[in-house]
Amino acid sequence: MINFIWLVPLFPLIGFLLLSFGSRKFSEGLSALIGCGSILGSFIVTAITFVAFLSGDHAAVKVNCFDWISAGNIDISFSFLIDSLSLMMMMIITGIGFLIHLYSSSYMHGDEGFTRYFSYLNLFIVSMLLLVMGSNYVVMFAGWEGVGLCSYLLIGFWFKNDPYNDAAKKAFIMNRIGDLGFLMGLALIFQTFGSFDYQQIFEAAPNLINPSTESVVMIAITLLLFIGATGKSAQIPLYTWLPDAMAGPTPVSALIHAATMVTAGIYMIIRSNVLYSMAPTTLAIITGIGIATAIFAATIGLVQNDIKKVLAYSTVSQLGYMFFALGLGAYNTAFFHVMTHAFFKALMFLGAGSVIHAMSGEQDMRFMGGLRKKLPITFITFLIGTLAIAGIPPFAGFFSKDEILAAAYAHSPILWGLGLLGAMFTTFYMFRLVFLTFFGEFRGTSEQAHHLHESPWKMTVPLMVLAALSTFGGFLGVPEVLGGSNWIKSFLGSVINYEHGHVAHHLDHATEYTLMAASVGVALVMIVIAWVMYGVKKQVPSRNEADFNAPTKLLYNKYFIDELYDVLFVKPFYFLSKLTHSIIENKIIDGIVNAIGWLVGFGSQALRVFQNGSVSFYLFLMVIGTTMLLTIITFFN
Amino acid sequence: MNSFLPELSNVYFNYLLLSSVLFCIGVIGVIIRKNIIIIFMSIELMLNAVNLLLVNFSNMHNDPNGQVFVFFIMVVAAAEVTVGLAILVMVYRNTGSVNIDSLKNLKG
Repeated sequence: MINFIWLVPLFPLIGFLLLSFGSRKFSEGLSALIGCGSILGSFIVTAITFVAFLSGDHAAVKVNCFDWISAGNIDISFSFLIDSLSLMMMMIITGIGFLIHLYSSSYMHGDEGFTRYFSYLNLFIVSMLLLVMGSNYVVMFAGWEGVGLCSYLLIGFWFKNDPYNDAAKKAFIMNRIGDLGFLMGLALIFQTFGSFDYQQIFEAAPNLINPSTESVVMIAITLLLFIGATGKSAQIPLYTWLPDAMAGPTPVSALIHAATMVTAGIYMIIRSNVLYSMAPTTLAIITGIGIATAIFAATIGLVQNDIKKVLAYSTVSQLGYMFFALGLGAYNTAFFHVMTHAFFKALMFLGAGSVIHAMSGEQDMRFMGGLRKKLPITFITFLIGTLAIAGIPPFAGFFSKDEILAAAYAHSPILWGLGLLGAMFTTFYMFRLVFLTFFGEFRGTSEQAHHLHESPWKMTVPLMVLAALSTFGGFLGVPEVLGGSNWIKSFLGSVINYEHGHVAHHLDHATEYTLMAASVGVALVMIVIAWVMYGVKKQVPSRNEADFNAPTKLLYNKYFIDELYDVLFVKPFYFLSKLTHSIIENKIIDGIVNAIGWLVGFGSQALRVFQNGSVSFYLFLMVIGTTMLLTIITFFN
Repeated sequence: MNSFLPELSNVYFNYLLLSSVLFCIGVIGVIIRKNIIIIFMSIELMLNAVNLLLVNFSNMHNDPNGQVFVFFIMVVAAAEVTVGLAILVMVYRNTGSVNIDSLKNLKG
């Protein structure tokens, strides 16, 4: 079966081509069938391969499709590397991707761009699959860019709305900044190793560079790749595009900004863990940026009122946790969190979509409330997702988050404290969201109240499946202390080099129990506080910004980071553009062009006298010319 | 004298001289005369000067190909003359003159 793995990206690619270049008059049913069916096909192939892989010896298989680029000593094949890491990612992408497609077929019902939507979505899945399946950095880069493009297309899906287009452009440009770093990293990799192939690089790396001393080249490579990851995975300083990216349709947010695209950076670092383990300086930087992002984004999430914005900042924050884990060298833990986060964040985004659908497009939580009676399935599944992200056992988030915190504690209790702080905020804003949305009285208009309805089965079934995954997904990585065997860790053993990594020293069981108790205790306390504030006292955030106290104002405006970037980068850039427009464009370039035109005109004017229409004069000139030519040929030959 | 053509014998040189003179007469005729018919005749003179030269060289190299070639040129020249004269007639009909300066309509 593994030889047919190329079918996995091929199905959605065919779907994309059919939907893009097929008839414009595809009915919604047909578009949805092509869109969902192709992903389902990919998922089935992936699942069969996965099962076969599980029963085998977990050895990586390289499937060569065709020679792609072959020039001089560069020889890049278009091939797939199928191992435990890429298979797990493929399962997540196709599995959750299919659920989101199914959900979309109902959510996007009646949209004029229905077919276009599904073609973009399919292209997105193709790119993401290429990204994780490629066996060298070039194929990964192709997917990497494809994902960036699709996010642009999907965020700006409703292109008639200017702010949405701006959000799309912002996402694209921010990603491009990161991609530049990634590209430079690739160039440096090629210069150092003479190859783009994962297996060759990772085998050569320990021989080329003495692992006991840190090499500057290694730090440069890993840092440049990390810059790419900050763009794609929304870390400080390139995170601001992700909250704005909520302009796209809600299932898109679920697909791109929660479950798959933003995990690209994390996947890339896990894939390159051999290189990263050789650069402790980079790892330290990643740790710092990760935890800073985690806390920073979580605090912003505390006061946001748009249901999708809260989830967006929560995504940024959770991604921060993943990078935190990566920085600590706990690659498998980061991956575990990627997986559980994909489950519960997709669930919550789809749940939010269901709420927005019921509210006829309203996204502001201040106009919601009391929805649990009207939308019972959405409410219960959303609550499961919230419990999972808050880290309440036995939901999925508990295990992964706890593993991250344990790894942090093993490094230093201060890091653990910071991690716990972030987790505390997370729990609070998530339950704030739940209480504001689903509890209390309905605060919207009576017309909206009249329309409230549970979503159709195509939307609730994905919710229920994801809720089940959020509930049980954590059992794949039950730590030893709780009687598990941490299946994920052993499964990824063939990909992740634990020896060179700075993996957590072993904590004794008593400490681990204490850590778990502490994080669960903190989470419970925060739930109670949120309940008192928004459940019992029924506080509703003010609609008037003047009522806020200073810290709230700061958080509500997202620390004015967008404004800061505006002043620091956008405004000077505009200024520079205007300057170059008035000087270089208008004076120099236009000047050269005009001068050429003037020269031709002037020359013609001068030569006009010869064109006097007198045949005898022409003849005379002809004779002179011929004589001159002959003279030149004879005497100067 | 014969710095260009050192191996030329006297007879050949004379013919060369004759055809050059004929050619120059043709050129000067083209330049200084205003009558189109005279100009046309001068052109023919140039053409035949070249023909003469060709025969001369052909003889010199003992190669009859050049002379055969001259016959072909004369055939083509005859055809060319008909066309040229036809144009000339048309010019006269349109302008009422055979002065070359009457054709100044193309002044830029």
